[in-house]
Amino acid sequence: MGFQKISVVANMIQLLFLIGFFLLPPAFASTSGNADGYSINGRVKIPGFGTKGLGLPGKISNVKVILNGGQIVSFLGPDGYFSFHNVLAGTHLIEVSAMGYFFSPVRVDVSARHPGKVQAALTENRRGLNELVLEPLSEEQYFEMREPFSVMSLVKSPMGMMIGFMVFAMVLMPKLMENIDPEEMKRAQEEMRSQGVPSLSSLLPGAGAAAAARS
Amino acid sequence: MAIRVFVVLFILLSSSYTISSLYEDQVGLMDWHQQYIGKVKHAVFHTQKAGRKRVVVSTEENVVASLDLRRGEIYWRHVLGAGDVIDQIDIALGKYVITLSSAGSTLRAWNLPDGQMAWESSLSGSKPSNSFLLVPGKSEKDTVIIAYGNGCLHAISSVDGELLWKKELDEGIEIQQLVQPFGSELIYAVGYIGSSQFAAYQINADTGDLLKYESEASPGGFSGEIVLVSGETFVAFDATQTHLVSVKIRNGKISFQQTHISNIVDNLSGKATLLQSKLAGIFGVNVGTYTTFVKVTDEGQFVVLSKTSHAAALSDVLPISDGHFAFSIIQLDGDKIQQTVKDVEDWGNDFLIERIDMTEKRGLVHKVFLNNYIKTDRSYGFRALVVMEDHSLLLLQQGEIVWTREDGLASIIDVTTSELPIEKQGVSVAKVEQTLFEWLKGHLLKVKGTLMLATPDEVAEIQKIRLQSSGKSKMTRDHNGFRKLLIVLSKSGKIFALHTGDGRIVWSQLLRSLQKSEGCEFPVGLNLYHWQVPHHHALDENPSVLVVGRCGSKLDNPGVLSVVDVYTGNEVNPWGHVHSISQVVPLPFTDSTEQRLHLLIDTHGNAHLYPTNTEALEIFQREFTNVYWYSVEADTGIIKGHTLKSTCTLEVEDKYCFSSRDLWSIVFPSESEKIIATVTRKPNEVVHTQAKVMAEQELMYKYISKNLVFVATVTPKASGEIGSATPDESQLVVYLIDTVTGRILNRMVHHGSQGPVHAVFSENWVVYHYFNLRAHRYEMSVIEIYDQSRADNKDVLKLIVGKHNLTSPVSSYSRPEILTKSQSYFFAHTVKVVAVTSTAKGITSRHLLIGTVGDQVLALDKRFVDPRRTANPTQAEREEGLVPLTDSLPIIPQSYVTHGLKVEGLRGIVTIPTKLESTSLVFTYGVDLFFTRIAPSKTYDSLTEDFSYALLLITIFVLLVAIFVTWYLSEKKELEEKWR
Repeated sequence: MGFQKISVVANMIQLLFLIGFFLLPPAFASTSGNADGYSINGRVKIPGFGTKGLGLPGKISNVKVILNGGQIVSFLGPDGYFSFHNVLAGTHLIEVSAMGYFFSPVRVDVSARHPGKVQAALTENRRGLNELVLEPLSEEQYFEMREPFSVMSLVKSPMGMMIGFMVFAMVLMPKLMENIDPEEMKRAQEEMRSQGVPSLSSLLPGAGAAAAARS
Repeated sequence: MAIRVFVVLFILLSSSYTISSLYEDQVGLMDWHQQYIGKVKHAVFHTQKAGRKRVVVSTEENVVASLDLRRGEIYWRHVLGAGDVIDQIDIALGKYVITLSSAGSTLRAWNLPDGQMAWESSLSGSKPSNSFLLVPGKSEKDTVIIAYGNGCLHAISSVDGELLWKKELDEGIEIQQLVQPFGSELIYAVGYIGSSQFAAYQINADTGDLLKYESEASPGGFSGEIVLVSGETFVAFDATQTHLVSVKIRNGKISFQQTHISNIVDNLSGKATLLQSKLAGIFGVNVGTYTTFVKVTDEGQFVVLSKTSHAAALSDVLPISDGHFAFSIIQLDGDKIQQTVKDVEDWGNDFLIERIDMTEKRGLVHKVFLNNYIKTDRSYGFRALVVMEDHSLLLLQQGEIVWTREDGLASIIDVTTSELPIEKQGVSVAKVEQTLFEWLKGHLLKVKGTLMLATPDEVAEIQKIRLQSSGKSKMTRDHNGFRKLLIVLSKSGKIFALHTGDGRIVWSQLLRSLQKSEGCEFPVGLNLYHWQVPHHHALDENPSVLVVGRCGSKLDNPGVLSVVDVYTGNEVNPWGHVHSISQVVPLPFTDSTEQRLHLLIDTHGNAHLYPTNTEALEIFQREFTNVYWYSVEADTGIIKGHTLKSTCTLEVEDKYCFSSRDLWSIVFPSESEKIIATVTRKPNEVVHTQAKVMAEQELMYKYISKNLVFVATVTPKASGEIGSATPDESQLVVYLIDTVTGRILNRMVHHGSQGPVHAVFSENWVVYHYFNLRAHRYEMSVIEIYDQSRADNKDVLKLIVGKHNLTSPVSSYSRPEILTKSQSYFFAHTVKVVAVTSTAKGITSRHLLIGTVGDQVLALDKRFVDPRRTANPTQAEREEGLVPLTDSLPIIPQSYVTHGLKVEGLRGIVTIPTKLESTSLVFTYGVDLFFTRIAPSKTYDSLTEDFSYALLLITIFVLLVAIFVTWYLSEKKELEEKWR
């Protein structure tokens, strides 16, 4: 069954995680604890946002950081900083919603035993993070790029192919016919006729007309 | 031959990974997007400075937005999280919008021009409480914001959000009001201790020092909210709700005065509510049909000032220059809005009385926000922002409605669709008129456009004309079935009809039966059902929808039923208030006028038949024994199957009422399983083929039953948020249950997984989305169900001999031999809602429509969630179109149907089939609305929008020329040959 397979994979991922965490440098502390819970502080960094964002005003202000699929929704400060307050100890999921960019969800462990310790790892590629700085995995292009006009695209279209074939039949076919020796042609035609195979002339109207004219 | 070509083409098209992608310049051709904000709770004007005049609002949909005061358009907008309810908003320093949310625990400042968050601060406290926000003064010197929340008073610097001081108020006090009189440095916090003690704190706003504390017991006690009358006067009801109590704080002394309510209101019927006009020295008593205004004198005496003939709304007090203060009273008189702006000092002095015509029914006035400006002749002008009962927002200025926003559309409850009328002379909902002059102008513009003489404005105009002439906004049915009416029920009890072509509102109607009335305090709309869909013999009838509602939120409250004509919006046959409604079962039968039979189940288990006519009863009696339904009790974890028994035994005879009996029940163990999701197939879904052809000429029969329900249960401990349970203590169990027999067809356990579960059931498969705690990623699983009992039928020999069971009836009672196949895949995003495309005949392959946490809608080909995907598919499987196995589902940016847009606050996705088999309409709603049409296997049955007719014409022309040229050449050559 597929499920067993997947669960084996999942176990392996788990194992990888554990190994990863042992190998990783000690977790960064970015929390301040109190009775209600802890705070998670981080930063969203989008390369080239300042220059690119100029064309679309207010783009950075529309970025949201989401904890546990909507439990808390946070917004970015001027430099991309965000924080979640009153988060209980445990394992959480942080997602970043930004138009035009794909962010991997981040697994965040808030330690209860060492208050103030947060460990984070990207879930898409299982990479541990030394500090909670989230960067997009890829840019998202929502539209097909319209290819600039080219002769090839015109030729490739059904109509282009029609015209192409026609030109071929009109210009090249007679040229091909000319290259054949008329004697040989006649012989071949007679051979075909005797065999009862439909002749070339009946297949090609142009050649047929030429042959008829010759005979 | 044509069919074969079609099939070959179809296979060719469907074997490539189709993604319904768009070019950027195609945006808006077949989709539309509308942005809303929801019902406004608070509004703050920003008009002092020159430049853009704007109003900042917060709404019940947790939206904070800045609107253009001239046109009502959105400058910027933020939708906060679902639990992040906005308590108060204000403007500080003239450049920040301050929002207090999450019951007073989050304070944020947004940049006024662009909506960028400037700072955020978290306010902690010891206990939950009311929350208040004070932004003293609007000048740039005052930098202190006072916020009360969680039992603590906080002073925050408005420059950077730093906490200046924090003061915890006494444990027992329940703060009801936070006041800062104009120009004062003192803050008063008043509230109750217990039910009879009134307490007041006086605090220095700069230092947080407690200056005074007073408390005094009132003989009559208190109930409900305290209304703020002036800086030191408050009014509330006493504990018995029969007396009004005024509280006066003077020189540190608290004194009470009370009067019986009958002294103020003549003949009280129903409940009276108090209207607050902050610091006007007066307050209003609203008793449903009219409002009385009362002044509180310095001694605390009540003086009745005047009485309006209609229910009114009051604005807060607005300081206008030279020490004058004004406030506004708005009342609705028939189809006119009457606005009165009064002077606080002098009741008889009206600054302004205006009566404004309002053609559309919008219900009562709920809120008023007043703002003033100085006219060119140096006199005062007033503008008022009015929130109506249907959640719409109006701006009144100089005796007219400047703009209107239909923000009821931000809170859609249910959606259904209807066909438009057939094109016929005289039958059209609204005429689309085009005069000769406009026609001429349009053609001139087009000529200009082709000659490259048009300015950018004119190009836009040409684009608009092109959209119009494409006929997508016509009010009649089209050949492809793209034009329809979307019938939308909103939370306010208003029903809208939107045109699918351009999204405009064709009509809207505030339903009388869903308005507040005696015996029905809080009516809520629940669902829409197709009531009458005329085709064939009843074509002259207009189609109609059934609106089901309920008085109040409890299940055993009386129900509300109404039938609404889809073309006009009129309520045709409102039954009004009926028995309680726990479930509505649309039956697959219609009477001679094409009214669909519906069975409404009440909380006692009785079934009521609608429509109530003898013909319907006759039809129903024939099918009496074939009616089954099931009910899910999520709290107790029981699923029950029901059938009909006999007619009801009630005191009043009712031949349309039937009693029911339980057929079966499934009880889930409450300590280990909690029902979190149940999903069934759409009743109107069409399945084209019963069988699926596999590689190597294998045949599998789909198990297609309308009576299947998918149920997901989770360990009670893991029913909360992610992170609340460890993988070891949570598991997700999914069931497939036959709802006629109660037989569990399939059960599967996902260890270490938890909800929320979002599922979609279509044809013979279920796809569901859940969270895998071990991998800490979201997963999507698919279950496909195949019928094994019919597997023998693929033997041709047996078929010829006649030993097959193809003709045997399919019944839920026969024990099915089913085979399930399933597989799981990782999916990156949190999902809000899942739907599936639906087409007219079910031939086109299906796409899953996934509403992600980023409020986008992703179209995912069903073939990616196929349980038969393997890592190395064989050649035959590859030819069949099986995708090699990957551990996670691909997210292709081009396949977002919402492309570069967001549907903020996404809540639902509705798919509607068109007459064109390849195409499906998609309507997505939340705070925003988005509509588009998608073709999951590309438009194989019609030419695409960007098909180049010009190229086709050129080709034909070139071919014709070529024919003549060759003809001429061959003639010439023939002649030459003959001469030779």
